[in-house]
Amino acid sequence: MNCSAPADSQGALAKENIKRPLPGSGLLAWLRSVSAVVEMEARKLLHDPMELITRAIQPAFWLLIFGQAFGRLRALPTSGVPYQAFLTPGILAQSTMFISIFYGIAIIWERDLGLLQKFLAMPLPRSIFVLGKALAAGFRSLTQVMMILALAAFMQIPLRWHPFALLGVACTVILGSVLFASFSMILAVVLKTRERFMGFGQLFTMPLFFASNALYPVEIMPAWLQALARVNPLTYIVELLRGFLVSGDLARGPAAFGILIMLTVITIAIAARVYPRAAH
Amino acid sequence: MAGKKTKHLTKIRSGSNMEVLSLQAEGQAPGVAQGLGNKGIKRISGAREIKMNLQNVVEVEELTKVFGTKKAVDGVSFTIREGEIFGLVGPNGAGKTTAVRMLTTLLPPSGGTARIFGHDIRREAAQVRKFLGYVPQALSADGDLTGFENLLIFAKLLGMSRREQKTRIAEILEQMELTEAAHKLVKYYSGGMVRRLEIGQAMLTRPRLLFLDEPTVGLDPVARGRVWELLNSFRSAYPLTVLMTTHYMEEADLMCSRVAIMNHGRLAALGNPAELKAAAGNPGATLEDAFRFYTGGACEKEGDFRELQRTRRLARRLG
Repeated sequence: MNCSAPADSQGALAKENIKRPLPGSGLLAWLRSVSAVVEMEARKLLHDPMELITRAIQPAFWLLIFGQAFGRLRALPTSGVPYQAFLTPGILAQSTMFISIFYGIAIIWERDLGLLQKFLAMPLPRSIFVLGKALAAGFRSLTQVMMILALAAFMQIPLRWHPFALLGVACTVILGSVLFASFSMILAVVLKTRERFMGFGQLFTMPLFFASNALYPVEIMPAWLQALARVNPLTYIVELLRGFLVSGDLARGPAAFGILIMLTVITIAIAARVYPRAAH
Repeated sequence: MAGKKTKHLTKIRSGSNMEVLSLQAEGQAPGVAQGLGNKGIKRISGAREIKMNLQNVVEVEELTKVFGTKKAVDGVSFTIREGEIFGLVGPNGAGKTTAVRMLTTLLPPSGGTARIFGHDIRREAAQVRKFLGYVPQALSADGDLTGFENLLIFAKLLGMSRREQKTRIAEILEQMELTEAAHKLVKYYSGGMVRRLEIGQAMLTRPRLLFLDEPTVGLDPVARGRVWELLNSFRSAYPLTVLMTTHYMEEADLMCSRVAIMNHGRLAALGNPAELKAAAGNPGATLEDAFRFYTGGACEKEGDFRELQRTRRLARRLG
């Protein structure tokens, strides 16, 4: 334990031998603190599991209704894959994005509560809170992904259920969540109010969703939309998920992972930098 | 700004802080009449019993914060010594909370600075935070967690060992009389219970300096009294220094060794309650009279919309 603050050595505390717990330095202490933030969010979620279930309804509708109806058309070149199988990774990616991109509103909420101010007055690096919250968004997304996958299994949608494939899905979902959640936190800090934040969130989600390969292959898009889809992180998430769950073709996997990791590191760094400004 | 107020303000500003510092260096009791000399008030010694310790815990120098064109805090200087309960009072919008936010390193000052246990709040913010406990104005405990979990997460964040977590949390719950309610969600707590939990949270690490931003706002008198009793129980264990803001003058009178009255971002007066009351003129004056005297009687100056909204929301949560 790191109690080396100078005044302690001469102050009354040292004299009376009262121990003051203070966070240690180093990677291990940092990771412990990050996990405490994740635990906080996880505990909240477990106190109110209803929310998880209600949130899983919308993606279920996509799969059940949109997937069924669109699959009948056979209008899309899904390279021999049944449309519902083609669609499932898209819906997983969509859920991940929707959960994470609105996650930053927690910062506005906590600022209004004063919780954020309390965090910021603690002797801890800010990256702990940003990464912790982003990972908590990943945890949330994972619970939802599991429910959608259970539904897909129940509907007998042909997917690759290999353990490694599922592990790959989990990694992709967490990475995608961290990326979108940290982006969302930056938005929250800049926009400051719930109303503006919700407006902007909605502004982002629709184009990100439709200008991606979640519902249809990139190849059917006009050139300008294809260009947009290529810079859309959601496209890379879907590509990875589809590789793991449907095609088994992961030739472009490392590149997709690389791009996502790079973007995530950048957004986390920016978010950690601007995070204290939320208290101003 | 009205003429009368300006007069007092200039008095304070000319009654230099060097005077305070030098008096304190001589080891005088706290509550030196600062800038009130020409009102015929002399130092009243022994007005408050505090643990004598000459260390200056907080040294604020010309602290200033400008928002746009508005000077929220305008060149404020004071010192707080170990073991004191220092009160910061003033009308809404006087700059109390802004000052507290700067001292807790949440807000960078526009000018001036402060040292907390010798560490500069601008350059050594990380060091400063090691000494602090902070209870913000709003009810900041997480309503979706139990009281125990609120404490547990803080303990984990701060890297306490498992054994330490267990004993310290049990200790705090016991002290705060929350043992029975420990596993209830905080959203079902009463206002007084939430406040006690929050103070417990802040005291988890045994901070040397505790910031309380309107700790008793919205609480009924019994709950308020409880909060103060519990705070004093901490103070009997070791010389905890407290900086609090409040709107309740009788509370400031009762609890604080010294009170600073802020108005329009400036220090309008600083002294122990007896001195401030004496300055208000008539013999039986209360601290509230002194407050009116120094702030020109205005209660609500420019509590902005957001602040009001926040206060209302808080009142709602307190039920």
